[in-house]
Amino acid sequence: MKKIPLLAGALVAALLMTSACSSGDDSDSTADPNEKVALTYWSWAPNMDKVVAAWNAAHPNIQVTVNKQDGGDPAVAKLLTAIKAGSGAPDIMQAEYQKIPTLVSADALADIAKEAGDLKAKFPEGAWAAVTLGSEAVYGVPQDSGPMMFYYRSDVFDKLKIKAPATWDEYADAARTIHKADAKQYLGTFSSNDPGWFAGLSQQAGASWWGVNGDSWSVAIDDATTQKVAGYWGGLVQEGVIDNKPMYTPEWNAALNDGTQVGWLSAVWGPGVLEGNAASTKGKWKVAQLPQWDAAAPATGNWGGSATSVTSQSKHKAQAAEFVKWLNSDPAAIKLLAGTANVYPASVDSAAALTEPPAFFSNQPDFYAVAAEASKITKPFTYGPNVNVAYSSYNDAFGKAAESKKAAEFAGALATMQQATLDDLKNTGFKVAG
Amino acid sequence: MSTTVRRRTGAPYLFLAPALVLFGLFLAAPIVYAGYLSLRRVRVSGLGLGSGSRTEIWAGLENYTRSLTDPEFLPSVLRVGAYGLIVVPCMLGLALILALLLDAGRTRVGTFARTAIFLPYAVPAVIASLLWGFLYLPRVSPIVDVLDRVGITAPDALSSSWVLYAVANIAIWGGTGFNMIVLYTALRAIPTELFEAARIDGAGDIQIALRVKIPIIAPSLVMTTLFSLIATLQVFAEPMTLRPLSNTISTTWTPLMKVYRDAFVRNDIYAAAATSVIIALATFVISYGFLKLVGSRAFSQEN
Repeated sequence: MKKIPLLAGALVAALLMTSACSSGDDSDSTADPNEKVALTYWSWAPNMDKVVAAWNAAHPNIQVTVNKQDGGDPAVAKLLTAIKAGSGAPDIMQAEYQKIPTLVSADALADIAKEAGDLKAKFPEGAWAAVTLGSEAVYGVPQDSGPMMFYYRSDVFDKLKIKAPATWDEYADAARTIHKADAKQYLGTFSSNDPGWFAGLSQQAGASWWGVNGDSWSVAIDDATTQKVAGYWGGLVQEGVIDNKPMYTPEWNAALNDGTQVGWLSAVWGPGVLEGNAASTKGKWKVAQLPQWDAAAPATGNWGGSATSVTSQSKHKAQAAEFVKWLNSDPAAIKLLAGTANVYPASVDSAAALTEPPAFFSNQPDFYAVAAEASKITKPFTYGPNVNVAYSSYNDAFGKAAESKKAAEFAGALATMQQATLDDLKNTGFKVAG
Repeated sequence: MSTTVRRRTGAPYLFLAPALVLFGLFLAAPIVYAGYLSLRRVRVSGLGLGSGSRTEIWAGLENYTRSLTDPEFLPSVLRVGAYGLIVVPCMLGLALILALLLDAGRTRVGTFARTAIFLPYAVPAVIASLLWGFLYLPRVSPIVDVLDRVGITAPDALSSSWVLYAVANIAIWGGTGFNMIVLYTALRAIPTELFEAARIDGAGDIQIALRVKIPIIAPSLVMTTLFSLIATLQVFAEPMTLRPLSNTISTTWTPLMKVYRDAFVRNDIYAAAATSVIIALATFVISYGFLKLVGSRAFSQEN
């Protein structure tokens, strides 16, 4: 019984495929401008459908439907399953930068170098490198970025007569002062749940966990730079002046709201989280650059940020690429991204769209000036094809280390991560150097 | 003549067909496919970027050896063993005591109590874990607040020394009701003459429970134990939901969590398939072994 609709479905799909191929073949690049196409777009950014509505109104022949996703991880898991199954993937996909090598390696993303044209100059170098993986191919257009910044409760800092820390040494001192004044208060927490956060902090110090040499990969998670960062945090946790509980738990939310956590090393998207979790502290927070390892050469890392990519299953690559280009480089679209979808657009032109500070930071008119500066000093970082393995290993290894509250365990956790990541690459058959 | 014979021989298969087709499509086929996947692997060439750099090849038993020699695998098995040693006796003991109490009383309070005890079973495990998660986290937990007020410092339920009990507690809370109902129903089926006879012989309530009721419902106890053992081996939702709340639950805390991580975090469905096959075999061996061990004794009562 079930076979009849299935067969009919297959026939319809086959017909659609043949008609799509005959009219929208990549090779002759003369797509019929009057052809009506419907594209699907997986994204988890809030209000993305409203941004897309502006495109749909102006492009009656290319209608895009947004399919809201739960977040970066589940969307990627779904996409990879669809790719493996051979059908079910969307035409357009929001993909976090660190997932792009994994997706490219699974042949999930289309190369849109030809369609993208001269976009390179419109994006910061780091973001552009993340979508090209240093090759001639273009696997997406940068959508938003997450330069890391330091959020702190200015009222608590004023009361204790301390300034926003400019260096990590000052950050450690501030952490001690705060915890000494009130044993329940912490300047921050070391979260074993957020590998992206730790990767960003390592990036700031100058680490790049993966690298490409010719046709082989290298892994440098357990290098001297990252060890310095892990050792620093292990020391603070062992001393007990920094909390060791994960972020994004009901416990942490309550701590932000009741003033137990008085600082947060986060990224440009932080205000939205603070507004949701710590509404009662509005007007008490300020933002500054991350504390520095070398105050003479300020730097920061990235936490979050994503690109918009065309998937390899899309039958309308040209039209999808056109939409992706518009979404991330058209001034009107950038304004919508910043104002409606609440993301920090990756485009270098984003400053024009961001004049007002976020509502939760109305007390700090220069919020986006700080963000723009952070965006400029973001260090380069290369992600590898098995970020997922390294990140899940981070969860386990640093979970143990944070629970033990021993600095030595933090160094050991890095070695565990390095080993797990290397083993996985070798096991899968990637060429690995060193 | 011949047509009626053929129809008669064909009819059972016709009636069986829907069940067989569903069984084949949704149970047998996925199992066979999992078995097939467990013998495969992906081979990447060079940097592994771009199309055509991935090929699927035969792997032999490599996935199985990798699974069994994974340093996280044995600890996760032992952890589930310890978890089972806590959950199964506590849950069934509690369920049995409650069932006996309800059966002894048979009052209107009993009806309410029965529903109240059963209710947690209707709460999905993920929701139950979230609820308990809030109760475990010191800053949002009313329990910790109350204990604090009377001067007791509650231990951190999600610290490494308590986390196993914290997870077991959720399973016991959720599972006792169901087992209690099964045992209670079995108790209700016992003819009252047996109790009257025992009472005339001078047996008290406790003696009736120990010498009459429990032996008679032994088959039900065997069945609930078997179900609980299988549920133990498959523990997943509770630790998975609690994991982001603590440092102490790793992504491979139980064998099924390892399967999940391999399949959906590491995108290695081949290793996940191999571990699944191992878990399925272990479940079969343990269930079968348990039935062999108690079967003859439990079911001899019925004859």
